[in-house]
Amino acid sequence: MTDQPTGVQKLNIIKAINAGLRRSMEHDAKVLVMGEDVGKLGGVFRVTDGLQKDFGEDRVIDTPLAESGIIGTAVGLALRGYRPVCEIQFDGFVYPGYDQIVNQVAKMHFRSGGRLRLPMVIRIPYGGSIGAVEHHSESPEAYFAHTPGLKVVTCSNPLDAYWMIQQAIRLDDPVVFFEPKRRYYEKAEVDMDARDGILPLESARVALPGTDATVAAYGPMVKTCLDAAAAAADDGRSLEVIDLRTLSPLDLRAVYDSVRRTGRLVVVHEAQRTLGVGAEVAARVTEECFYSLEAPVQRVTGYDTPYPPARVEEEYLPDLDRVLDAVDRTFAF
Amino acid sequence: MTVETAAGATPPEPELVQLLTPEGLRVPNEHYDALIADITGDDVRAMYRDLVLGRRVDGEAVALQRQGELGLWASLLGQEAAQVGSARALRAQDHVFPTYREHAVAFCRGVDPVKLLALFRGVDQGSWDAAETNFHLYTIVIGAQTLHATGYAMGIQRDGAIGTGDPDRDAAVIAYFGDGATSQGDVNEAFIWASVTNAPVVFFCQNNQWAISEPLERQTRVPLYRRAAGFGFPGVRVDGNDVLACLAVTREALQRARDGEGPTLVEAFTYRMGAHTTTDDPTRYRLNAELEHWKLKDPIERVKAFMVRGDLADQAFFDGVEAEAEELAVHLRAACRALPDPTPTSIFDHVYVEPTPDLVAQRESMTTYLDSFAEEVAR
Ligand SMILES: Cc1ncc(C[n+]2csc(CCOP(=O)(O)OP(=O)(O)O)c2C)c(N)n1
Repeated sequence: MTDQPTGVQKLNIIKAINAGLRRSMEHDAKVLVMGEDVGKLGGVFRVTDGLQKDFGEDRVIDTPLAESGIIGTAVGLALRGYRPVCEIQFDGFVYPGYDQIVNQVAKMHFRSGGRLRLPMVIRIPYGGSIGAVEHHSESPEAYFAHTPGLKVVTCSNPLDAYWMIQQAIRLDDPVVFFEPKRRYYEKAEVDMDARDGILPLESARVALPGTDATVAAYGPMVKTCLDAAAAAADDGRSLEVIDLRTLSPLDLRAVYDSVRRTGRLVVVHEAQRTLGVGAEVAARVTEECFYSLEAPVQRVTGYDTPYPPARVEEEYLPDLDRVLDAVDRTFAF
Repeated sequence: MTVETAAGATPPEPELVQLLTPEGLRVPNEHYDALIADITGDDVRAMYRDLVLGRRVDGEAVALQRQGELGLWASLLGQEAAQVGSARALRAQDHVFPTYREHAVAFCRGVDPVKLLALFRGVDQGSWDAAETNFHLYTIVIGAQTLHATGYAMGIQRDGAIGTGDPDRDAAVIAYFGDGATSQGDVNEAFIWASVTNAPVVFFCQNNQWAISEPLERQTRVPLYRRAAGFGFPGVRVDGNDVLACLAVTREALQRARDGEGPTLVEAFTYRMGAHTTTDDPTRYRLNAELEHWKLKDPIERVKAFMVRGDLADQAFFDGVEAEAEELAVHLRAACRALPDPTPTSIFDHVYVEPTPDLVAQRESMTTYLDSFAEEVAR
C-alpha cells in the first residue's frame, strides 16, 4: 500500500518518525493522525509528509486551529476505540490544550476505576537553538512529567524515534511524545525490521559507556553530552552518557548503576532549572546512591528566565563547555 | 465516510461591502458613503502612501530574511488595504491588539518598523512602547489577544470613557486575528465576554483564506461574519482589498463601540499573496490560479486607478511616494544590520520587577562563566 522502507536505512528523525507512523497506520486501521497542517503540507516540519496521500483524509486529519479541540476530540475518538496521534505544532502552543491533557487525558483511566482507556499519543516538537521567534523553542516537559496518568518520553536519535513512536502508539496509556526539533535533521542508521534488541519504551539507555563520571540527559541534549564526552576523552577523562528517554516514569536504574561505578553525576537539560527533571534526578540519586557519590550532583540547564530572543539563545542553552565545566566541578570535591 | 470539504455547501457569495471595484471605480453605497463623506483628496493620497510604504516595509523585510538578517518574517502582502483602512479609522485614544502580521497597522500607528524587524531578527520580543502608540505587543499564540482586547475594552467601559459624546475621549479597542483563529476557544470566549459585557471592542478578522496550509473550509462552514449573530452582536463582511470600504466599515464599528453600543465583528475578505511566513512553502497546498485570480484585486492598484481616474494625483505624486519608499527601504536595511545583539546577561532582566536572589545568583554564575573564556584567551 505504501512504500514502507525496510532493512537498514540512513534516516533523519523526521523521516524515522514518519516511517514509524506509517508502519503503525498500516498495522492498525484504528490509528489516526490529527493536527494543524498535517495533511497536504505534511506538518510544518514534514513529519507527516505523504501520509494523507497514502491513508486518506479520514485517517490523516487537518483539524481546525484549536489545540483544546484537537486533544479533546482525540479523547472522544480514543474512548471510541481509535488510536489518535495528535500533533501539536510547536511546544509553546500546547497550552490551549493543556487543560484537556492534564484534567481529562491524564485522569480518565483513574477516574473510571480502570474501565476506560485512552490510547493516544500527543507529539510535541520541542526545544531551542533553531533561531525561532517566541513560543517556538520551549521545553515544557516537566509540566507533563509532573502529572500522574501521563507517560512522557522523548527520543534523541532516529533509531529511537522510529521505534519509540510505534511503541507509544501501541501503548494503552496516553503518551506525551517529545521530539527534539534541533536534532530533526541529523541522520543515523535505523534498522527498520529487527524488533529484537529494541529497548522497551520506558527505559533509559547507556548511550556511551565510561568510567570516570556519569552524564544523564535526554532529547536534544544527548548529542551535546556525547560531544562533550568526546572532548573529555581527548583530555583523558571517560564519561558515561545516559539517555533517559523516559521522563515519566523515570527510569533511573541505569543512572544508579552508573553512579555507583563513577561516583559522579551531571544532569543536563534545556528546560529551566528550578523544579525541573534534573531536580528529581538529583534527589533520587542522592536517596539511592548517597554513599557512592564523590561529589554533589551537578545540574546544567536553561536559566530560570523565559526563553530568550534567538540572538542570545546559545548563551541560555547548555552547551558542550558548560557540561564539561560541570564535570570539572564534580572532580573538584 | 469521507471528510468532505465545505466546498459544495458554500452558500452564494454573501453581501460584501465594496466602495471601489478592482478597476478603481467608485461604487455608490447609500449607507457607507456617509461614513467617508469627509474624506478629501489629501486623505486618499495619505492612504495611498500608507499602502505603498506598508508594502515596502514588508518587501524589504522578506528580502532581509532571505539575506539571513531576520530569522523569520510573516508577510502582509495582499492585506495592505484591510490594515490601512482599519488603522486609519482609529483615533489616537483607541487601542490595537495585533497578531504578528499587522505591520501596516503598526506603521499607521507610528511604530518604528525597525522595532518590528528587531523582533523577527531575534533581538527582542517587542521593544515598542504600547503606551506611546496604543499599539500593543504582537501575539503569536493564536487568538490570545482577542481576550486581552476584550478585557482592555471592559476597562475603558469601567473608566467611563465611552458614550460621553466627546470625540477626543470616547475610546474603543480593535483586535486583529485571522480566519484560522476563529476556531480557537479564546476567540469564541472573547466573543461571549464582549457580548455579555457590551464591551467597546471591534473584532477585525482578516480572512486571508488560509491558516498556513488549511483553507477556510477547515475552520468554518458559515461565512465568518455571520458567526457574530450567534453571539448577539453585528457582523459585517467587507472587501478587504478595498481601502475605502475597510475605512468606512471600521469607522462605523469603532463608533458604535465608542458610543457604548458594544462589539462588532468585521470580516475583511482578502487574500494572503505570499507564503504564511518565510519558512512556508505554499506551492504544496494551493494552486497558482488562485493567486492569479487575486492579483487582479490588488489593493494598491485599485486605489491608484481610482486616483488617476478622479485626477486625485499626478505622476509626480506617485513618483514621490516611490522615492520615499526607496528611501525607507535603504534606511531599514542599514538599521536592521546595525541592530546590536543583546548582551547574554540581558536575559535575566525584567523576568520580575525586582530580581529574585536565585536569578541574581544565576546571572553571576553566567558572568563568571563567560569571563572564564576571556581569561583563557588572555592567558
Ligand atoms: C495556539 C497556536 N497554535 C498554533 C500556532 C501555529 N500557527 C501560527 S500561525 C498559524 C495559522 C494562523 O492562521 P490564521 O489565524 O488564519 O492567521 P493568518 O496567519 O492567516 O493571518 C498557526 C497554525 C500558533 N501560533 N498558536
